Amino acid sequence: MSDKGLALVTGASRGIGRAIAERLANDGFKVVGTATSESGAAQISEALQGINSENAGIVLNISDADQTDAALKQLLADHGTPAVVVNNAGITRDNLFLRMSEEEWDAVINTNLSGVFRVCKAMVKPMIKQKSGCIINVSSIIGTTGNAGQANYAAAKAGLEGFSRSLAQEIASRNITVNCVAPGFIQTDMTEILPETQKEAILATIPVKRLGQAGEIAGTVAFLASSDAKYITGQTIHVNGGMNMG
Amino acid sequence: MSNIEERVKKIVCEQLGVKEEDVKASSSFVDDLGADSLDTVELVMALEEEFETEIPDEDAEKLTTVQEAIDYIIANL
Repeated sequence: MSDKGLALVTGASRGIGRAIAERLANDGFKVVGTATSESGAAQISEALQGINSENAGIVLNISDADQTDAALKQLLADHGTPAVVVNNAGITRDNLFLRMSEEEWDAVINTNLSGVFRVCKAMVKPMIKQKSGCIINVSSIIGTTGNAGQANYAAAKAGLEGFSRSLAQEIASRNITVNCVAPGFIQTDMTEILPETQKEAILATIPVKRLGQAGEIAGTVAFLASSDAKYITGQTIHVNGGMNMG
Repeated sequence: MSNIEERVKKIVCEQLGVKEEDVKASSSFVDDLGADSLDTVELVMALEEEFETEIPDEDAEKLTTVQEAIDYIIANL
């Protein structure tokens, strides 16, 4: 039974997004997870329908404004207005600034920042009509600290946090919260590809002395999505093992 | 025509939480009826729903009084 309403989770086929989708499904939300490919969407459907047959995977490419608009209109028609939207989908195109091409810059800004704008554009209007909603944007510690080789990613994530605070102010009076969760280094495919030496160097900077688990991000998202967090808005919750204590 | 006028005024009352006798054709949503900028966006959304029409943002921005909203609906329905 899903009695808490609908939760939309973008980028739900693997890593943190998958953990968030599964956690929200287990918490009693009806979950629609998105992937950029048909096979990814099918994989999400299979994983989530094991929890509840109402859950689904859909194709959504937030880097494409027209596809996003069409897919989210379809979502609203098929499933109604989400109670919770988790903007998790994101990409990396790492390169040293001196070598970073404009394409690499644009790709990351377009998906990680403009993509969230597009999803919110489609979701906020129905949420205002619904008179409630919860938007959770998955940022990154890199948005706060910066990181050599990730000028594009850091800019997009810092931008995302500023965007979230502005949107939070605009729609707080309509009972809609907007928050960010900023993971540190989490064990996922995205961090798996880092060279061993770099992983060791990262571990040395984490007071908790281990990488985070995707489930630990999902737990924070689940809290922000719960009724316990209705008075929290415009915040960025850092989940990083003490890596950056601000 | 008067039907549209009544429907528009009813929505204005509902959305802005004002009394019907306070809503005049010349009333400005912001200056007379106390709407903030988000209220006016919501008001347009409610009008779109009531009259099953889409009001483009560039038109919506020009609807600042009750009469302007009534005229727009009549012209575009």
